[in-house]
Amino acid sequence: MVWKARSNGASTFWHDITTPEAWAALKLTLVSAFLVALVNIVMGTLIAWVLVRDHFHGKGILDTLIDLPFALPTIVAGLVLLALYGSNSPVGISLAYKQTGVFVALLFVTLPFVVRTVQPVLVELDQEMEQAAASLGASNTTIFRRIVLPNLYPAIAAGAALSFARAISEFGSTVLISGNLPFKTQVAAVYIFGQIQSDNPAGAAAVSTVLLAVALFVLVSLDVLQRWAVRRG
Amino acid sequence: MRGIVFVYLAFLLVIPLSLILYRTFEHGVGPVWRSLTTHQALHAIQITLFVSLWAVALNAVFGITAAILIVRHDFRGKRIFNALIDLPLAVSPVVVGLALILVYGRLTPVGRFFDDLGHPIIFALPGMVLATAFVSLPLMVREVMPVLQEIGVEQEQAAWTLGASARQTFKRITFPSIRWAAAYGVVLTLARSLGEFGAVAVVSGRIVDKTQTITLFVQERYENFDAQSAYAASFFLAAIAVLVLLMMNLLRPKEPD
Repeated sequence: MVWKARSNGASTFWHDITTPEAWAALKLTLVSAFLVALVNIVMGTLIAWVLVRDHFHGKGILDTLIDLPFALPTIVAGLVLLALYGSNSPVGISLAYKQTGVFVALLFVTLPFVVRTVQPVLVELDQEMEQAAASLGASNTTIFRRIVLPNLYPAIAAGAALSFARAISEFGSTVLISGNLPFKTQVAAVYIFGQIQSDNPAGAAAVSTVLLAVALFVLVSLDVLQRWAVRRG
Repeated sequence: MRGIVFVYLAFLLVIPLSLILYRTFEHGVGPVWRSLTTHQALHAIQITLFVSLWAVALNAVFGITAAILIVRHDFRGKRIFNALIDLPLAVSPVVVGLALILVYGRLTPVGRFFDDLGHPIIFALPGMVLATAFVSLPLMVREVMPVLQEIGVEQEQAAWTLGASARQTFKRITFPSIRWAAAYGVVLTLARSLGEFGAVAVVSGRIVDKTQTITLFVQERYENFDAQSAYAASFFLAAIAVLVLLMMNLLRPKEPD
């Protein structure tokens, strides 16, 4: 496929990914994937923390529920979100055909990544260090910032990279909620789909190559980062 | 902190899920049953089952073989092979579909060859099976691999020295020890195959009553303002997903022994 994208020469490749429509789709995809990863870093860590350290009724159910976005077919995920945030939304928030809608759909499908990478690390984490810090008079925020968080960095980075990679390639869940308006809500995967349908495989292959390259770059840098972290101890 | 998490999950997960459940059964079970038993819906279910079962069968054979190759054998390019296995997880399903079209499409030599035989790959069932098997390949391999690594080669070597053939060794020694992992892999692969949308949407051509799967049915019905049918089919898929989650929780603890 990379060969197909390159077969017409580098200048055509550049031309294919810089058509205004392709460029807008790529920009929307990368920006929302980045924001989704950021939100997941904060909310995913928080959810993992609550699941490990907090105690309340129904925790087991909540724990199982987290996996649901993975188990649910993506097209169903899109439909589920449209039920609440669609045009006949019962709460009056309509995100259909809006960039926020795409954003929420991506948040939905990437929810488990950070939670599931951080959770096991938190379970294994020795609480003695925290107790020692507390006995030395450190406040809860200081303990979290200085003791807990540094231990979680590798797991958070891994989860964030995975949700970023997933978000840039997402198709099914964004297809219904975005309405696929070119220049506005069309993400890269949907743009590729449209180009295939309108018989422009070269344009589709060019944008696919960009997505592949970005995903590869993220996964390789994660690998490098983790090796570096292991070596540093 | 608990409050923030609850509110976030409520608006992202719980309320939308409950709402779609309510919308599905708003008018009772009757309409749901009727929209799932129309000719089109039944055909879509049939196609989905056909494609998924083939994908599971292919991945059971090739997934276990690939796992054994990676764990038990040394060959040039093994690291690359190992890394390539994970590729389907990082690539957009749409891109997978595109890659298949570029290889097997009607305008390529390979595609024309199969076309002349009377068995086109793209816009037909074989392409859909290939696409589904491709996106779900890592699930089987990654379930079986760690178990193979853990059990080691001693028992297999013992069987060899006692004169067992490769086939006997696999049947009597290797397979029994990986069967729980394989079962888990089958469940994951089946779940992924039933819910596959992007790759199948590209290679199937989305022809109603011909290559339409349940997930494609959901999209087509919703876009044709038949929300009831879309909700009913979604409920069907979601029920399977929940069933799979429960099954995974049941299968997990059994794995160590």
